[in-house]
Amino acid sequence: MPKITIDGKELEFKQGQTIIEAAKQGGIDIPHFCWHSSLSVSGNCRICLVEVEKLPKLVIACSTLAADGMVVQTASQKTLDARNAVMEFILINHPLDCPICDEAGECKLQDYAYEHSVGESRFVEEKNHKDKRVQLGPRIMFDGERCISCSRCIRFSDEIAGKNQLTFVKRGDRVTITTFPGESFDNNYTLNTVDICPVGALTSADFRFKSRVWEMSATDSVCVGCSRGCNTEVWVRDNKIQRLTPRHNEAVNSHWMCDYGRLNTFKFVNDETRVDGPSIRREGQLIKVSWDEALNLAHDRLREFKTSEIAFIGSAFATAEDNYLFARLAKHMGVHNIDFARHIAHGDFDNLLLLEDKTPNSLGAELAGIKPEHGGLSFDEIMEAVKIKKIKALYILEDDLAGLGEEYAAALGKLDLLIVHAVNYNKTTDYADVVLPSAAFAEKNGIFVNFAGTAQRLKPATTTLETDRALDGMSMSRWDVFGTKFDRWANGSRYDARPSWRIVSMLSQKFGLKLKFQMAEEVFRSLSEHNKHFEGLDYDNIGRKGALVKNISLPVPEKIK
Amino acid sequence: MPVKKRKKDLNLMENLYIPEIAKGLALTFKTMFKPKVTMEYPEVKFQPPASYRGRPVLVQEESGVERCVACGLCSRVCPALAIEVRASETELEKERYPEKFEINMLRCIFCGFCEEVCPEEAIVMSKDYELVFTDREDAIYGKDKLLVPVANLKDRLEFLRNFK
Repeated sequence: MPKITIDGKELEFKQGQTIIEAAKQGGIDIPHFCWHSSLSVSGNCRICLVEVEKLPKLVIACSTLAADGMVVQTASQKTLDARNAVMEFILINHPLDCPICDEAGECKLQDYAYEHSVGESRFVEEKNHKDKRVQLGPRIMFDGERCISCSRCIRFSDEIAGKNQLTFVKRGDRVTITTFPGESFDNNYTLNTVDICPVGALTSADFRFKSRVWEMSATDSVCVGCSRGCNTEVWVRDNKIQRLTPRHNEAVNSHWMCDYGRLNTFKFVNDETRVDGPSIRREGQLIKVSWDEALNLAHDRLREFKTSEIAFIGSAFATAEDNYLFARLAKHMGVHNIDFARHIAHGDFDNLLLLEDKTPNSLGAELAGIKPEHGGLSFDEIMEAVKIKKIKALYILEDDLAGLGEEYAAALGKLDLLIVHAVNYNKTTDYADVVLPSAAFAEKNGIFVNFAGTAQRLKPATTTLETDRALDGMSMSRWDVFGTKFDRWANGSRYDARPSWRIVSMLSQKFGLKLKFQMAEEVFRSLSEHNKHFEGLDYDNIGRKGALVKNISLPVPEKIK
Repeated sequence: MPVKKRKKDLNLMENLYIPEIAKGLALTFKTMFKPKVTMEYPEVKFQPPASYRGRPVLVQEESGVERCVACGLCSRVCPALAIEVRASETELEKERYPEKFEINMLRCIFCGFCEEVCPEEAIVMSKDYELVFTDREDAIYGKDKLLVPVANLKDRLEFLRNFK
């Protein structure tokens, strides 16, 4: 392999890599604004200038190919001077409005100004004024003055999103970004430009001014919008989810996630329709009761039916652990009618990330044991049987069957007993006799298996009544660390909800099945011991990047751009 | 250092008592003719100098709008975590304003860091030192109590311009 020397460190690189790529691989960070590892090279910000021995002038590290024996200095006096000069140029027209700007705290320009610039400007003339608060698209706000014309957003829409919607107009220091005439910047990936914008020129209309970045805690999670399972970070302030951002995982979603997933998959967690505490139906009304009373009723009522009259509906929205224990309970009771509903939106997909299957864990649910066995009925057969009253009792895990359509709702109305685990009140809970509040994806540990068979970890980002940020090792902001019960800001809403696996394990005790688990991790350990698909997997080796499930053949997904 | 031994008993002069009384009274009479320094608070209020750090307040412009842009730096720098800011968008040129601005006066330690860090000169230490509350909720000052017209804060703003 060819070798390059950067700052006295000899690094190996692949032929065709640029200096910046070789340096990054070797753990050396060369400042950059316009360069992005997943985008083409444009080389217009000039901040990555480095000194290369035997070359008369400084070169930009992002577009100069590394060569064998090349000696590069990224911190020599000449380089630092050039970098300072570039910073001074960029800052000439950049407004000093960091206090207002949403990017502050995660701003490359702010970081580099702190790290690399001399701290003052010799420019005494008035700064250039451009349009502020321009609505480029339904989800994107643009501030022309903050823009440093790196063209990342333009290249992203062109190369990644495949929609050529943005362009530069005008020249010199008047250059600004706009959409093509008559176009709106409205593709399903626009919010990624907010992430890659090195300054605060592009901001999210949804997240705008909601919170400063340093006030939030960030937790690794997985998007629940479709079966792609994009890796995300959940940003929480006052125990409320403020935003989702994509987390880099080359094998699953690269750096990106779609706008649909980013905006529509977390708001229900803090919605006012959240189920808070278990309830049972008395005289047509749902009444709040204790956990014990609700579980006792669920047990007593289930006992009234023959096993052939009962069906269990698992869920592709619940974790593998939830479904695993659910299937164990069904097996123990001798219920063979067990399946789950597929949520396929035919035709609603694109060539980048979005998939037709709108659930995060359909493969995981199936592999964890949610499938009809010993002549049990499949989901469609179960619903048919419900209609003709052959099946009289239904136990549903975190799914809104009535929301699937009128005929499903009508069928649920015919049941004698309906037990539902629900995160939010929905059409299905309208028919339920027992509603058990389950923790949302952001409140529990667990595993989702995406369409390609990658098992990925969910971590709790917000607390329920029974969890504690500090004791459960969740990520904490400064406010979480020092807040007391007397501080209003430390008291976000917390719901009396439990992970479904825990609810199922509590119910199982009443049926004489000893599913005694303290943590989701123990449930998963049991799953990996009993199930060949999860053999050898545990929370540690799944880690941040996920791990493939075993003994199953699946199509290898295309590489994300 | 050798410890100085304390005398066990009073000596004769002290035992006589009268000379000591005379000495004490002499001091009393002498002080009677000196100028008074005691302030009869609360009938007479203490007027602190501009450098005084009383409770932090928000500057309200003459237009009635607060200067604050809700950047959250005061909240971040506050060593006692007394300040909570929640921002929202406004049609005004400043784009951003504090929808909620609360200072928990039980947490505040009057260090003045919030004032020092503020990029807009929007939060300043006032001369107000009379803080009384009867429960914890009362001690959380919202925008209603924090906003003070800029005219009443001229002293402090001038002091900051000269010495900050």
